[in-house]
Amino acid sequence: MGGAPMWLKRRKRDNRRLMPIRDQKDPARGIFTRRALLCMAVQVGALGELARRLYHIQINDGDHYARMAANNRVSKRLLAPPRGRIVDRYGIALANNKENWRALLMPEETTDVPGTIERFSALIPLDERDRNRIARELRHQRRFVPVMLRDFLSWDEMARIELNAPSLPGVLIDVGTRRVYPEGELLAHIIGYVAPPNESDVAHSTLLALPGMRVGRAGIEQNQDEKLRGTAGSVEMEVNAVGRVISELNREEGVPGEEISLTIDRGLQQRVLNHIGDQTASAVVMDCHNGEVLAMVSTPSFDPSLFDSGVSHAQWIEWTNNQHTPLINKAVAGVYPPGSTFKPAVAMAALESGLVSPTDRVFCPGHLDVGGTRFHCWSRWGHGSVDLHLALKYSCDVYFYEIARRIGMDRIAQTAHRMGLGVPLDIELPHTRTGLIPTPAWRQAHHHHWNGGDTIVSGIGQGFIQVTPLQLATYTARMATGRAVQPHLMRAINGEISPMANAENWPSLNMPEKYLEALRAGMFAVVNEPHGTAPKAQLDLPGITMAGKTGSAQVRHVSRALREGGHFNSANLPWEYRPHALFICFAPYDAPRYAVSVVIEHGNTGADAAAPLARDIMRDTLLRDPANHTTPPPESVATVDDSFE
Amino acid sequence: MTVLNNRIRFHKRLLRAEPSFRLMAKLWRISWLYVLLICTLAGIGYVTLYSAAGGVPYPFAAPQAARFAVGLVLMVTVAMLPPRVLMRASWGMYALSLVLLVAVLHMGHVGKGAERWLMVGGLQIQPSEFAKIALVTVLATWFSRMNHARMGNPLWLVPPAFMVLVPVALVLKEPNLGTAVIIGGIGASLFFTAGMRLWQIILLVLPVPSLVQFAYGHLHDYQKARITTFLHPESDPLGAGYNIIQSKIALGSGGMWGQGYLHGSQGQLNFLPEKQTDFIFTMIAEEWGFIGAAAVIALLVLLIMGGMVMAIRCRNRFGRLIALGISMNFFFYCLVNLSMVMGAIPVGGVPLPLVSYGGSAMLNVMLGFGLLLSTWVHRDTRLDESGGSPA
Repeated sequence: MGGAPMWLKRRKRDNRRLMPIRDQKDPARGIFTRRALLCMAVQVGALGELARRLYHIQINDGDHYARMAANNRVSKRLLAPPRGRIVDRYGIALANNKENWRALLMPEETTDVPGTIERFSALIPLDERDRNRIARELRHQRRFVPVMLRDFLSWDEMARIELNAPSLPGVLIDVGTRRVYPEGELLAHIIGYVAPPNESDVAHSTLLALPGMRVGRAGIEQNQDEKLRGTAGSVEMEVNAVGRVISELNREEGVPGEEISLTIDRGLQQRVLNHIGDQTASAVVMDCHNGEVLAMVSTPSFDPSLFDSGVSHAQWIEWTNNQHTPLINKAVAGVYPPGSTFKPAVAMAALESGLVSPTDRVFCPGHLDVGGTRFHCWSRWGHGSVDLHLALKYSCDVYFYEIARRIGMDRIAQTAHRMGLGVPLDIELPHTRTGLIPTPAWRQAHHHHWNGGDTIVSGIGQGFIQVTPLQLATYTARMATGRAVQPHLMRAINGEISPMANAENWPSLNMPEKYLEALRAGMFAVVNEPHGTAPKAQLDLPGITMAGKTGSAQVRHVSRALREGGHFNSANLPWEYRPHALFICFAPYDAPRYAVSVVIEHGNTGADAAAPLARDIMRDTLLRDPANHTTPPPESVATVDDSFE
Repeated sequence: MTVLNNRIRFHKRLLRAEPSFRLMAKLWRISWLYVLLICTLAGIGYVTLYSAAGGVPYPFAAPQAARFAVGLVLMVTVAMLPPRVLMRASWGMYALSLVLLVAVLHMGHVGKGAERWLMVGGLQIQPSEFAKIALVTVLATWFSRMNHARMGNPLWLVPPAFMVLVPVALVLKEPNLGTAVIIGGIGASLFFTAGMRLWQIILLVLPVPSLVQFAYGHLHDYQKARITTFLHPESDPLGAGYNIIQSKIALGSGGMWGQGYLHGSQGQLNFLPEKQTDFIFTMIAEEWGFIGAAAVIALLVLLIMGGMVMAIRCRNRFGRLIALGISMNFFFYCLVNLSMVMGAIPVGGVPLPLVSYGGSAMLNVMLGFGLLLSTWVHRDTRLDESGGSPA
């Protein structure tokens, strides 16, 4: 009585046949059986064809589709590496990475996105720029990709968000990094700053396309950008069809950017800045032996951390319109006529030429007449008969007019270039200027005739000559040691001391030592002998003396009428017409180690304004003696006068 | 005498046809082997839905199992119904299906462009699914009253033709092209096996090409897009072609042996669209490979062939046509769904019966299997051609 097997066994009479192909009594049943069998054949055929097709997809093309499946599944993303730190010569952080707390909105976690943003802005104000950016990101991003509401949250703001968390669904706080400059304005010109990369940066480097990457826009940050950037890490994630991350498969941390140790002594830098005060000036302190820049100050300065989040338009206008040019590093990009500080270079050129010996004398009546033009000495009464030593000591203009006239401009320029003036220096900073030591060839290249008078005024560092404070410091250091040192800021990379730190690696200037000695003696006299031009530069440190040279560089022509009227006093001029005050010096005189150059814009006279400043700077440098220390002296040392007693 | 003899013969026949009217005997006549095949397919569905949910019974597998249990009870209950009850019920079912089809046009919910359903007491009802079953029963009822001679007269074919065309038109209006074609196919298969003359068939088939052309002109844009996409799936990889490409990727990455249960990356990572409904076969193929997928196809073939054998074996014309219509319906389901996931025909919302997640389709399929088993239980019942057993 059971199911299936019964009808298979039973085969009886025709009319009892269970599956008749032909049925005499009921032709329709025969037709049905035949046609149903046809249907079955079609069904089996159709499903068989699908199975064959399936075999083709799964087996024949299987590898192809398996590859596509893997591409579907794994998403590789790059991780932004931490930017390298910048530290001073003792390891004190000058540029660092700090946590940046950001408020993010996860759109899918709130039912009312505009409402949440409104409530958020009631707690933490969002400006128009923020709102536009948020609206744009909300439109373009998927609902599970967080949108940044505000970054650089303060503690206080974070507390407000946390406290109101229940009314802010979908708002979460996370941490990124920001670049911080603990010293702020103190080192802004040297360190520079970073800013988000622009489109052309991104086009050149995929690394910069990563969120959170910054590009150096000035200073060491710009110059050493490649080293500081590091190498991107990567993370492989399993994602689903809509791009949501399911799990992390593989993570490779990036290589952080290299840590750069500068030659700068942060403490010294601070003291130099203190001495300069609110004057518009720049000062460079160098190690004469190896060219390490120990301090480089340019005032006024700016706050570099403002750039990380974007500088406001008003702030930018204020900076660029300021006649004191806070954004410009005057030490490398400010060019000034060197004035009398150029005289040692002229003297060296004269001595090297063989046309002038140190003992040759020139009579100074207070002026020199050449071809109908009278060139005045700064002293109306003249210096009488002076040799090289006295000429340097008194800074006698006539002497240098005369020897410049004798040797010609080309010799002066050549020697000045060798001493570091008017040539590019290997300093690791962008936007430096070369300055200029003019030559007749240069003048003719600009379609002008070179007059004899041009050579004469060049002899006292006026005319077309332009140099930077860093060049002056380099020039002083080269004079002091006779080595062709290059100023540099990089002391070590990742703790590995640069070969530049070794004095023996610097070649000689190939200038006769006796001539150099003559220059140094002249500069010693400037400071230490009676009637020198810079008695104010004398050090009050026992057993240590320094040698220096003043300079006062006119920024506008002093007419004869003004000069002979007898009422001329540059201190009465408006600030921007006063001469620049310059001073260069090195110390200790008997074993030179440090060179300092000071330029005070419109400081009037080198002797009164620049020399005392240079003295103070040199004094602090000698007290701290960074060249011979591997750890910073306690802050008290530099201020206690009796440390040498 | 003749009357008496007839009476006696009838009673003998009745007894032979239905050895016992007892319920237990009827239950015993159910082909439990066939029920086992049905349960196996539903079991595969459960296991796959468990994986589609990421390795948990909710939200797909457990509710589906509960529905299947309800469906089993429905199936066995329907299987107990004798043909004459079904015949009587067929007109009402057909009328109801038409009412539902009209209702869904006016107050139905639309999902993804085509599938329309009605919400009745928290239950989703897809009238087009029910309409297929109702159409099979009503056509079987009509044709069971026609002998070979009547079939030769075209006039007797006009009413059933309208029975097919009315639901086809209503479903086309939804608009659900795929289901309309399936309903037409089922109707055609019943006309064919009921014994239409060949000349009639040829006359009917001749105008088909021009009709198809006419119909294409009236397709909705999204329906045309499906056809275009099907012809060039790579032309729009993230748009309409996405489903086909992702489905093929899932199939292909399964290879011969599959990626392992619960480890199919495309399905588990949601690259597969509608993986728990229309595209569930790709999950099977990805996780179990060609071996598993081919086994499922073999099981489907067994179920279809079993139904067709039951149809041929049936001694009454009504049962034969019911069984054939139900088998054809099941076959069309499988054919359209598998062709769709393999990219052989345009994407359309047709689930894989018993495997895909969905209550309405599940209950309709089980209702169909109930009817099929009813014809098997009553396979030896003889009905006169005017319909109904004289009792």
